[in-house]
Amino acid sequence: MNVFEFSALIGLGSLLAGFLGALTGLGGGVVVVPMLALLFHVDIRYAIGASLVSVIATSSGAAAAYVRDGYSNIRIGMFLETATTVGALAGVAIALYVSSNAIAIVFGVVLLYSAYLSSRHYVDDAHLPSSKLAARLRLNGSYPGPHGKLSYNVTGVPAGYGLMFTAGVLSGLLGIGSGAVKVLAMDQAMKIPFKVSTTTSNFMIGVTAAASAGLYLHRGYIAPGLAMPVMLGVLAGSLMGARVLVKARVKVLRYLFAAVIVVLGVEMIYKGISGRI
Amino acid sequence: MSAQNWNDQRIEIIIGALLRTGVMLAAAVVLCGAVVYFARHGSEVPNYTVFHGEPENLKSVGAIVHGALGMSGRAIIQLGLLLLIATPVARVLFSAIAFALERDYMYVVITLIVLGILLYSLIGSSG
Repeated sequence: MNVFEFSALIGLGSLLAGFLGALTGLGGGVVVVPMLALLFHVDIRYAIGASLVSVIATSSGAAAAYVRDGYSNIRIGMFLETATTVGALAGVAIALYVSSNAIAIVFGVVLLYSAYLSSRHYVDDAHLPSSKLAARLRLNGSYPGPHGKLSYNVTGVPAGYGLMFTAGVLSGLLGIGSGAVKVLAMDQAMKIPFKVSTTTSNFMIGVTAAASAGLYLHRGYIAPGLAMPVMLGVLAGSLMGARVLVKARVKVLRYLFAAVIVVLGVEMIYKGISGRI
Repeated sequence: MSAQNWNDQRIEIIIGALLRTGVMLAAAVVLCGAVVYFARHGSEVPNYTVFHGEPENLKSVGAIVHGALGMSGRAIIQLGLLLLIATPVARVLFSAIAFALERDYMYVVITLIVLGILLYSLIGSSG
């Protein structure tokens, strides 16, 4: 296989990953690293570098579409980014010292956890009182509902902040957006409405990934020949996925993609334990 | 409060459009680099199985710009990737300006902290 064929195959795989990731809302980045490591036998460090770049592309590329609807809350996002970016720097520092096998095992566990989260149904809590800290930080907001604006209050700020730091560490360590953990932090800990937490998470993902991407670039993890087809493929795929999102019946696809993630997760853990990554 | 939210959203829409333009520009640069890279190295055998780290000329901002000006395909791709990494940084910078215009100084400080971390990662950590 020469460089051209290799790039074309990886580009196609990334296109599919980005397409399904956008369609199912699970994000394409999460399957890029296992695809590169398991299918193409790419060293996990190069895979992480390429994946991070594609995560930034999807987040920034979709930002325009997300903010137009008025769901995302920029104050919540910016405040929590102080946790995710510091977490991302810590994640890179950890990645430089632990073995590829350990990274593969952690990756596998995160994949299984993401699949589990995607199978759950989210129910927004009824109107809650705001916590003092959330009011001080001006995190409470509103979003467009079917009958005019719906306001919401935010609570559980310290717990959400801690979870966001963890999301940042995982993002820096594994080269993923950790959207699943971010949504968990906002939805479960801080009781932010689901639509607000998913869209706010999307714009946080790019900023978090940028915090670790610079460090990885200076350490030679980002190989242009590999990152190029991954970035272009995932970007094109996610833009296509966002287009058909409205029309498609995604439920079956969601289960299918979750099943793929489970298989990849088990494989990553197995390869990591047997030391063959 | 609703006037503030409305302003936030208008600013967000402008920032969103800028980000999209940035991503498309980055993708175009990466594509140009890919053409040069394929023309020169398309028939070589790729090897990413063993990690050896990228060479010095693809690791720092200055060296990447220098290589791209010299029409190295990989350096042009890397320049496109740098542009891409810069889009969230630009987003945070614009947010800081937007908060300053709203006189929300608490959020100006919060945003500048995030900006400082990003700039450290992108520029300060090399060497």
